[in-house]
Amino acid sequence: MSVPSAWYLVLAAVLFGLGATGLLIRRNVLVMFMCIELMLNAVNLTFVTFSRDLNDIGGQVNVFFVLVVAAAEVVVGLAIIVAMFRRRAAATADDIHILKG
Amino acid sequence: MLAALLADSSGQALAHASAWAVFAVGAAMILTGALGVVLLRNPVHCALMLVITLFGIALEFIDQSADFLAAVQIIVYAGAVVILFLFVIMFLGVDRKEAISAEPTRFQRPLAVLLGVVALVEILALSRIDHWSAGTPSQSGALSGPGSNVQKLGQAIYTGYLLPFEMTAALLVIAVVAAVVLSRRHQPSASEMSELDQEELLSARRFTPPDQGDQS
Amino acid sequence: MSGVVLATVSGLVAQTSGGSNPSGCAIGKAGDSVSGLCRAANSLHISVAYSAILPVLILSIGGLVLLAVSAVLPKRIYPGLYPVLSTVVGGVSLVASVWQWYNVPGHGQGMVEIGGQIFFDHFAVLFAILVSVAVILSSIASDSYLRREGLDGVEAYVLILMSGTGAVLMAESASLISLFLGLEIMSIALYVMAAYHRRRAESGEAGLKYFLLGSFSSAIFLYGIALVYGATGSTELVLIANHLATNVLSNGGVLLAGMALLIVGLGFKVAAVPFHLWTPDVYQGSPTPFTGYMAAVAKAAGFAGLLRVLDQGLLTQQTDWRPVIWVITVLTLVIGSVLAIASRDLKRMLAYSSVSQAGYVLVGVQAATGTGKSAALFYLFTYTFIVIGSFAVVDAIQGQGESRSTIWAVRGLSRRQPLLAAAMLVLLLAQAGVPFTSGFLGKFYVIQAAVGQGQYYLAVIAMLTAAVAAFFYLRVALLMYSSGVPAVAATTPPAPEPSGSTGDLPYGDAGEPTDVGVPAERVGAASAMTTTGLAAGAVPSEGGLATPARAGGASALDVEAEEDVFAAGLAPVPGLDPETADRASALDAAAGDPPYVSSTNAMVIFISVAFTIAAGVSSFAVDFAKAATTLF
Repeated sequence: MSVPSAWYLVLAAVLFGLGATGLLIRRNVLVMFMCIELMLNAVNLTFVTFSRDLNDIGGQVNVFFVLVVAAAEVVVGLAIIVAMFRRRAAATADDIHILKG
Repeated sequence: MLAALLADSSGQALAHASAWAVFAVGAAMILTGALGVVLLRNPVHCALMLVITLFGIALEFIDQSADFLAAVQIIVYAGAVVILFLFVIMFLGVDRKEAISAEPTRFQRPLAVLLGVVALVEILALSRIDHWSAGTPSQSGALSGPGSNVQKLGQAIYTGYLLPFEMTAALLVIAVVAAVVLSRRHQPSASEMSELDQEELLSARRFTPPDQGDQS
Repeated sequence: MSGVVLATVSGLVAQTSGGSNPSGCAIGKAGDSVSGLCRAANSLHISVAYSAILPVLILSIGGLVLLAVSAVLPKRIYPGLYPVLSTVVGGVSLVASVWQWYNVPGHGQGMVEIGGQIFFDHFAVLFAILVSVAVILSSIASDSYLRREGLDGVEAYVLILMSGTGAVLMAESASLISLFLGLEIMSIALYVMAAYHRRRAESGEAGLKYFLLGSFSSAIFLYGIALVYGATGSTELVLIANHLATNVLSNGGVLLAGMALLIVGLGFKVAAVPFHLWTPDVYQGSPTPFTGYMAAVAKAAGFAGLLRVLDQGLLTQQTDWRPVIWVITVLTLVIGSVLAIASRDLKRMLAYSSVSQAGYVLVGVQAATGTGKSAALFYLFTYTFIVIGSFAVVDAIQGQGESRSTIWAVRGLSRRQPLLAAAMLVLLLAQAGVPFTSGFLGKFYVIQAAVGQGQYYLAVIAMLTAAVAAFFYLRVALLMYSSGVPAVAATTPPAPEPSGSTGDLPYGDAGEPTDVGVPAERVGAASAMTTTGLAAGAVPSEGGLATPARAGGASALDVEAEEDVFAAGLAPVPGLDPETADRASALDAAAGDPPYVSSTNAMVIFISVAFTIAAGVSSFAVDFAKAATTLF
């Protein structure tokens, strides 16, 4: 109980910011997806820290739901990615910008 | 847990130092890993860096006496999520990493930089506050007190959080259906099926090279 | 999720309720109106009020039943079985919701149920009815599309039912964590639905874009939850409101940041500017009937969540969030209308239309009064019918493979399919807000709510953008009722005449009453140009722009034009030259077979149009929405 919670919260905020920035600057879909995982983990750390701070179990329970959601998101997201890039195995440059006009 | 153990045996000062040490190691792992994910070129390296971050998070959980969550964190994330990522990277082929790129919106990069600056300023502003959590304590059950962490989590999940817990089942059903819908090879739909003769279908399948199922 | 499991678990928990109580309840609120505020701490017993979550149970169990049926029955069984089953499930859910409407506990005031996770009030029930209707209409509308594209199977209907489950859960949720779970259940199912068309690359791309931006917004929303949790000590809306009402915040920064992140996260879901960038791409790429469902349900559930969070959890902080919502509202109204003018794809046009409709709902939300809420609810409820009907019409027009999707495909529709054209006309007029349609009443009530709050600027902006937006609805309407195929062969794009002259049209036939579509386009284009010109401070000379050279390379310019008509300030007059080039090819399509309207689609369109007119001329829907504004 000795490290002040602000340290954890700032660490989590930095991690969230890194994830968000990475999502916006990376082009590789899989890496963008990993950045979302970084953001979710930052949220988890925030929840656990607040949970300790408030002496409240609720924050830790919320982490469970975030974990489940993250797992389901990973399955669906990777399935979409696989379906898309398997279909266009030969595609190279003109990838994700059919949808215009 | 570690901190608590040390507090019992060797006194307050050592516990204090060890908590800080664990925090520092965890923070270093988290930031290294996160920077690696954002900056490294090769997606496989990114996935491995992600593992480092996830372990760092687990360390911070342990440092804050969330033992069970630390275990779940490692099992679910490092054990399942990252493995899935690696599987998909290998499945699609690392060498084709250029093909797996999304076209960013035009203003995306300036926006990202702006967002990063804003976030950094905000974090610096907030980090001057020493007391972030101003909420009413222990509204859904206390964390301290007798009973293990797991027991308290279980009690909370099966009482106050029963409904969200049950609703996660819907999430899992969707994930299963999604995986089936999206990643199977093309099969004739029900209406096509009713028109096709089963024999004909089988023979057609037999002479189709296995690789060309869904490439239209 | 299934009732059986719930019953078993609650039974088990009830049996062990004699267990030790590890902690006292920190705040003594035993006499509070909210029964069981400290339930988790006081006992291990939890009572499950099944009546409160009937629609959720029916929709989710219905999805499982569909899966089970498909596993048991042989695959070659009559393929129309699943839409029928799905419709039946939606119908049962609708009946249950109506039953709920008349059995709201607490003398109609509502109640917190199931461990503080669920509200059982009229607000929740209204959204349960809305989602049930959307599920029914979309199940019917999807059938012909899926069969035509060779995609039929049970999965589409399971996904519709499951995302409906999530949407109802969102509207009912009394805690941020239930809200988040509902949001995710709905969204994840919608990601899959967007990517459902396996053979269209656009569909996969739409799914991927929706997924990435949706997960991004979910993460932002979740971080907002975490910060609000830290600032108030709970994720339950009632406890949050209690905390904020009884405590002076020592440190408002965390709460403010959390609130902002919550608004951003939900703003993505309802497609409010500046979080709307995904909307046109996703709406265009998704299978058409699913787009209608998405536009109706995701928007409604997003607004339900927004109203719950802002008007219920954070009502005491309204001086903080109302200015933010005000800015978002104005941006959404203006940008949504302006961008729609420039779009040439039917689905993109409807996407921008849905952005601008979100603006009107936001006008009601930011009023933060009962009137505003009832206006927003009325708007959302009527918009459900309008948007599902509109996309059903678009589906009929598009035909196989969504091949005819430009605005020009509707040209002369009144001759080829007079009834379809009439239905589309009604739906477009409703979106434009013409009297005797539900859209008019919706706009009227939100503006009334703004005026009631003294928000005259906002009311004026809303009315002005409604007028601007009317141009693009009328453009399509006039195209439908213009003469079908011109006598002049449209193989070569004619040299564009200097705009401003309303005289002879090179492609209209001379004898007939010419082509009423063209002046409308010109007005729309001119107004787009004026707006952008004003924004950029420079109006390009029209004659100089309209050189023949540009007509050839129009398509590239045109693509740019749509996205940048507001930002770039070049104002390449999106309505004029490029369209003439495009028109030639579109005319061929329009001259082909008349759109085939399947009987199921016709049913959906008929219901939508009938409701749109009925809710526009009578006040039953208004009373319905007004009765639902008491949040618990």
